[in-house]
Amino acid sequence: MEDSKVILSVKDLVVKFKLRGRILTAIREASLDLYEGESLAIVGESGSGKSVFTKTFMGLLDANGWVDSGSIMFEGQDLAKYKTENDWIKIRGKKIAMVFQDPMTSLNPLKTIGKQVQEAVELHQGLKKEEAKKAVIEILRDVGISEPERRYKQYPHEFSGGMRQRVVIAIAVACKPRILICDEPTTALDVTIQAQILNLLKRLKDKYNLTTIYITHDLGVVANVADRIAVMYAGDIIEIGKCEEVFYNPQHPYTWALLSSLPQLGIKGKPLHSIKGTPPNLFYDIKGDAFAPRNPKALKIDFVEKPPYFTVSPTHKAKTWLLDPRAPKVEPPESIAILRKQWGLNKDE
Amino acid sequence: MNDKEREILLEVKNLSVEFGKSKKNRFRAVDNVSFFIYKGETFGLVGESGSGKTTIGRAIIRLNETTEGEIIFKGKKINGKIDKELDKELTRKIQMIFQDPMASLNERAKVDYIVSEGLYNIKNYKNEEERKAKVEKALLDVGLLPEFLSRFPHEFSGGQRQRIGIARTLVMEPELIIADEPISALDVSIRAQVLNLLSELQKDKGLTYLFIAHDLSVVRFITDRLAVIHKGKIVELAETEKLFNNPLHPYTRSLLSAIPLPDPRREKNKILEVYDPSCHDYTTDKPKWVEIEPEHFVLGNDRELEEYRKMLEN
Repeated sequence: MEDSKVILSVKDLVVKFKLRGRILTAIREASLDLYEGESLAIVGESGSGKSVFTKTFMGLLDANGWVDSGSIMFEGQDLAKYKTENDWIKIRGKKIAMVFQDPMTSLNPLKTIGKQVQEAVELHQGLKKEEAKKAVIEILRDVGISEPERRYKQYPHEFSGGMRQRVVIAIAVACKPRILICDEPTTALDVTIQAQILNLLKRLKDKYNLTTIYITHDLGVVANVADRIAVMYAGDIIEIGKCEEVFYNPQHPYTWALLSSLPQLGIKGKPLHSIKGTPPNLFYDIKGDAFAPRNPKALKIDFVEKPPYFTVSPTHKAKTWLLDPRAPKVEPPESIAILRKQWGLNKDE
Repeated sequence: MNDKEREILLEVKNLSVEFGKSKKNRFRAVDNVSFFIYKGETFGLVGESGSGKTTIGRAIIRLNETTEGEIIFKGKKINGKIDKELDKELTRKIQMIFQDPMASLNERAKVDYIVSEGLYNIKNYKNEEERKAKVEKALLDVGLLPEFLSRFPHEFSGGQRQRIGIARTLVMEPELIIADEPISALDVSIRAQVLNLLSELQKDKGLTYLFIAHDLSVVRFITDRLAVIHKGKIVELAETEKLFNNPLHPYTRSLLSAIPLPDPRREKNKILEVYDPSCHDYTTDKPKWVEIEPEHFVLGNDRELEEYRKMLEN
């Protein structure tokens, strides 16, 4: 991973929304380097800004939202400066594509499956009629839809949830994008189907050389697909590292809390670890570490100053004052130790 | 615990539910299902969407009509035609928590009305003060403040709204609560809070839960006994840990193998078991519902049961 090149680089991105006359800061100076060919998972609660963050890469913010400052560098261009639809049409779908959460609502019920995939092929690849149809059938076969010639003429209601999600994926990869963003791709699906869709996405990633971003709150999904994990809280990436590093050696108290509340850790008859309180109100300025009010072991400085990134390893960094050399030694909660034991890890591993 | 002495609160016997009136359109959503729930336990029902798990819950609470079979609550048959008195009693004793707290609360009513609506319907309070006291107590029980009574649902977060949903069941002082995917619409960090609340309430009030879910890791944590349902049929039923340790039916095994593990090393190397219903040959040898070991039931024909017994011995 270290020697692969950066395909997309976000620097100090600030995204704001105007809501009922008030200004909400959804993304607070988040930075991220995405490497070519990797698969990155962004995890966080709803409202942490993980969807908004990736939507800015495609110019899909709602009309009341805007990029306030910061840059998004992609192929030598700053996407944060893009304003008109004409600018975006060159990126959206063609270079960066998205798979949405709910396959029940992201397809047009009035058009056949074939036509919907064909739309993308015709628009972005400039193929015409018969040629386009051939390409569509090829793609449908690729995403694991049997008898694509017959399925081509069917409507979304004739497809099951898992099959529809395959169609949505087909539309996304139809133009062979460089980056594929999957926004909760399996949340609306059953467990058994979920595993199949994840396998499909992994296979397509290899076949088309995609760089993928997964947005999810399911740590099980993350463990399955991700090379790297970015943990998002209150509009900022508070910890980022390789999948193993974040799971096996978490540093930020929020990451600890997130891992601790996994039901797999629960012991019957005893309460499950839960994070007290609610995420901060983003209408107000946040001082210091955004997680401090919910962190029982917060330091004084957590309430005063926003922590910078501290490096744990060349590939792993976290925004917490606990990593400052002057900070007192705070051990991760007991549940993290139990988790490590379940995973069969030694103390220093 | 000696099982012989445990009281059975609810028993479902050979239950079938069909939808559609004409013969052509008839769809059997629940097919000859039998199970019972002990008093004070949490009984889980897992399956994919469309497997009929919600239909069973709705049949128990009398929202869906049953086609065949019996549902027995505290020794009384409660499906089909019943007298008014019993109906009223059931409304109070069996309550339901719904999946989506964003959709299941009346947006135009205040919390006060939402929580007391059940009380208004069966009028089991003497005067206004008693009603108020009951409602306030229910709110406190779920960790909300009495001053929230004059607020509207949109002022609350998802977790708080689900608490309101739980409060309005508690106010009826129920014995059985059917929780239909009560946490799948909630955030990870909030899920734990609601799960903890449910187990606390069970301890304090001796409640019995029928917990309907598709997330197996949650089910393993909260349920005592578990039934796996596939296409309207229960294929396996056992104590939760027993089921997780010794799954017998191929469908149960594929379901368990599909659970995402929050452990990158194991998750990336895990082997998926795919369930193919054509592995059963039921043309001559019909499947039976058999107690294969104490408290462990499975659906299979003679040949399969033989295999399952061998698996248990190893």
